[in-house]
Amino acid sequence: MSALHELDATALRNSIQKGERSVRETILETFARVDALDPPLHMFLNTQRGEALSRAAELDQRLAAGERPGPLFGVPVALKANMCLAGVETNCGSRILGGYRPPYTATFVQRLLDAGAIVVGMTNMDEFAMGSSSENSAFGPTRNPWDPSRTPGGSSSGSAVAVAAGIVPIALGSDTGGSVRQPAALCGIYGFKPTYGRVSRYGLVAFGSSLDQVSPFARSVRDIELAMAVLSGADENDSTCFDEPPLQPEQPADPGSLAGIRIGVPKEYFPAVLAGGVRERCEAALARLSELGAELVEVSLPHTDYAIPTYYVVATAEASSNLARYDGVRYGLRVEGDGSLQGMFAATREKGFGPEVKRRILLGTYVLSAGYYDAWYGRALKVRALLARDFERVFEKVDVVVGPTSPTAAFKLGEKADDPVAMYLCDILTTPVSLAGIPGLSVPVGFVEEGGKKLPVGMQIAGPWKGDARVLRVARAYEIASEYHKAAPPMATLAPPRNPAAAKNASTGEGATRGARA
Amino acid sequence: MSTTQEKVGIGVVSEKTGVRWIPVIGLEVHCQLDTRTKLFCGCEYRFGAPPNSLTCPRCTGQPGALPVLNREALALAVRTALALGAEVAPWSKFDRKNYFYCDLPKGYQISQYDRPFCTGGGITLPSGKRVRLTRIHLEEDAGKAIHDRGDTTLVDLNRSSVPLIESVTEADLESPQEAYDYLTALKEILQYIGASRCDMEKGELRCDVNVSVHREGEPWGAKVEVKNVNSFRFVQQALEHEIARQIEACESGDPSRYPVQETRLFDGGKGVTRTMRTKESAHDYRYFAEPDLPPVHVDAAFLEKQRSFLPEMPALRRERYQKEMGLSPYDAGVLVADRALADFFEMAARVSKKPKECANWITNEVLRAFAEPEIGVKSVDEMLMKPADLAEMVDLIHRGVIHNNAGRQLLRAMMRTGKPAEVLVEEMGLAQVQDTGQIESWCREALAGKDKIVADVKAGKPNAINALLGPVMKASGGKANPQAVRETLLRLIEKM
Amino acid sequence: MAASPHGSPIETVRKVADLARLDLADAEEEALALQFASILEHFQVLARLDVSGVEGMLGASRVDDVLREDLPRPSLPAGEMLRNAPAHTADFYSVPKTVGTAGGEM
Repeated sequence: MSALHELDATALRNSIQKGERSVRETILETFARVDALDPPLHMFLNTQRGEALSRAAELDQRLAAGERPGPLFGVPVALKANMCLAGVETNCGSRILGGYRPPYTATFVQRLLDAGAIVVGMTNMDEFAMGSSSENSAFGPTRNPWDPSRTPGGSSSGSAVAVAAGIVPIALGSDTGGSVRQPAALCGIYGFKPTYGRVSRYGLVAFGSSLDQVSPFARSVRDIELAMAVLSGADENDSTCFDEPPLQPEQPADPGSLAGIRIGVPKEYFPAVLAGGVRERCEAALARLSELGAELVEVSLPHTDYAIPTYYVVATAEASSNLARYDGVRYGLRVEGDGSLQGMFAATREKGFGPEVKRRILLGTYVLSAGYYDAWYGRALKVRALLARDFERVFEKVDVVVGPTSPTAAFKLGEKADDPVAMYLCDILTTPVSLAGIPGLSVPVGFVEEGGKKLPVGMQIAGPWKGDARVLRVARAYEIASEYHKAAPPMATLAPPRNPAAAKNASTGEGATRGARA
Repeated sequence: MSTTQEKVGIGVVSEKTGVRWIPVIGLEVHCQLDTRTKLFCGCEYRFGAPPNSLTCPRCTGQPGALPVLNREALALAVRTALALGAEVAPWSKFDRKNYFYCDLPKGYQISQYDRPFCTGGGITLPSGKRVRLTRIHLEEDAGKAIHDRGDTTLVDLNRSSVPLIESVTEADLESPQEAYDYLTALKEILQYIGASRCDMEKGELRCDVNVSVHREGEPWGAKVEVKNVNSFRFVQQALEHEIARQIEACESGDPSRYPVQETRLFDGGKGVTRTMRTKESAHDYRYFAEPDLPPVHVDAAFLEKQRSFLPEMPALRRERYQKEMGLSPYDAGVLVADRALADFFEMAARVSKKPKECANWITNEVLRAFAEPEIGVKSVDEMLMKPADLAEMVDLIHRGVIHNNAGRQLLRAMMRTGKPAEVLVEEMGLAQVQDTGQIESWCREALAGKDKIVADVKAGKPNAINALLGPVMKASGGKANPQAVRETLLRLIEKM
Repeated sequence: MAASPHGSPIETVRKVADLARLDLADAEEEALALQFASILEHFQVLARLDVSGVEGMLGASRVDDVLREDLPRPSLPAGEMLRNAPAHTADFYSVPKTVGTAGGEM
């Protein structure tokens, strides 16, 4: 039997269903890995050991009683700490929400639970999802398992690392301007931001409401598809969620072939600032896609350079409003201040928010304020329309567009912490997709070597509005033809010996290595 | 202060200077829509419910919760727009109005800024004056902050996210009386179409007043906003006070006292307004489109459906009752003031073809009976009597089957039991006795020993007989036909 | 700074911080003013783009007209909602004494 961290969710579920391992064994082994790896990597803000074990026992009983298992039966999952699960602390990596236990459960979390998943814990993140490195978490950074002196990317840092380090096969992040795709790239896994409106946002703590999407991390494309089938679909609780059945994968006759698929390569996505190794790995991946039968077409997305300012104006404006509710009245931190009500608001927010969040609240307040709205926010909405139009034109000619996910591989923790503009530029290739509301997947396409460490490189495949299945189909073909997604960071295999209880069925392994399809 | 001016014609003439001042008044009225649930969540709202017992993640602004628009709120808002002759926009959107206060859980109010669902329209006052509306928009209410209990401010979020429509008039009003008339007419229409109960005691209708004064022929003065004036009488008082105050300030000759653009609060106890804030510039609501709510389109089908729910408007109805049915202005007024009552009247009048009699019975006896505890019915909605039964009763009286007095008993029994008139007439034995032998026997008894009356009648004073009618009716239990009794008595006296 | 014609960067930060209810320390104000200026400088490219005739994009959702029927759903008990409150008095949220009015933004 394969080790837990070598299985993707699909293989793990099948293994449990066949009786090769119990849910309880699975969860015990998961927490053994948490105990070994969480202190050095700092993935979790809290873990739900007791609840997970009692749920595991319940699932084992239900399986024994002959119940038909759900698609994520017994699969341990991790949630970003901006997701609501009734009674479980969700603090968004912020002091201002310290101790907050939501009185309700997010639609997408409930869907995971209904599918049989078990929540291991809530993962570390840049405060209120604002950041690209995890350094903005009020509770300390998460470390990259490929090189713990480096960032795993962000803001969904803990969830990305939990998947990359083999703690869980699937974890949820939220992607506003690249917060799932960028850490997926830096950690060498898949991270998929669906079309805006594909997954309900009900129960996802808002950052930029017109951009936020719940987005899964996984180590195989089939797991991304599995997660999407569970997460997506209409929800009466979110008026921006579209009324469609859950996402179904495309079923091409030959999943390994891309014959007939046209892939756009935007020249703007290979800018001068691109690190040499990243360019090389992405060009190699494009060559591989071409070998698989895809036709590569050079295209142009002329407004790409405007994406960063547009994104930061739109996202911070929405954030300044979304974060107004943290006022010390109904939940979270309260600092009394000068004794007045407004003084309490100002003191609470001053003490409760970290520097980057304050920076963005100020920026967002500024661009909406009287006299500046038209020049900044109003203008940004128009440029957003131009960016969306760029994509619409290109998708008249091609099925997907492909480029690097992040301009660099993982950078050192602390390297950009004092330079907000440099940090914002991390999002240069992911924000256009976010602004257009279209789907984007980061795919592992190899490694660069720095300081004797292998660092993963990710490539983004973006599709037209609602073209999620087409994006995943292209990724699947590439997955079949590559090995990069199977590589595990050295730390993952340094895990302690598996729980003895889990070893008893060791003879009948499914034989699936990570992500390999039968 | 309000006594120092004399009011003649348009505007106010200052006693001190003889200058005629023209008040310019606009009203912003918030009305709570009569939906079952809140604007953006499924919580019900009941005035006076225990604090924070009617809330959920959405209306308390829990992180991650999202609004979903109530269809009925939109329907009622559109119906209001149609009733006020306003233009319904083909599409509208919601915006966030950002400010910090302890009763505003999200830190913003979901309202409508640059695309309200309707613009224009207006109300014609009984005086014939037209008051134009600028716009009407939909928004959510805030919770309630309670300042007068203990050393902290207490917050109850039950009211948070309750649907409101805010209607804003043009500055067309010129006197406190016009403001009062406008509010009365607006309330009547909203109640009529079922959009709002407008119960001011429960805060279902709240009013902000904008007022300035200027000399005839000169530009308008600085606009003063008076907030949260919560009765029509207070609106009138606040305006009277404010107009007098502004005139006095203008005439003081002291520029430091001249009215400035500001917000004032009305103190109902003292009947005065006082400054609340002057820093209007400190307000910057940073409106922007609510990203959690998609735009709303009102198509022709929805519009027509809402139009089909519209009743005849009260002013037209009053006119029709007088012109076509011959009712007195008083009866028309009483009936139309309560839509359910007027609807009941119309159905009864249609069946009986005797609108005036039906109106009389309703405005006199039915309303009187509502006040009688033993009836146990206080409104048309609670009443079991059906319009056709009232019509039947009017018909029975008209045909002489029952007497008016019996009618009063019958009416109350119908209101209580809902049984048809004919059944009750039978059960209660209310039919007038047509048996001449029986009537003659009661008459003979009454005549016994009444020689004086007999003599008077014979002497050519037929009215003397009236003294005998009572005893006969009493003996018959009210069932004898008074006309038959009279004729019988005369016949018997003649023979004596 | 072109981005704030009405005052110095520090005045802008101060005014905006007041609107956003952030009680910034002096040193923080200065640091933020510098970053703010640099960020806005970088974002000036937006001002140079011709956007005439372009309709602003209100959101990425292409969904319209989502309406809910007017059917009650259970509210949550006061105790459950108040459990997260930093301070409450009986079943009320409790905040520092303030004067105000209904809808009273002051």
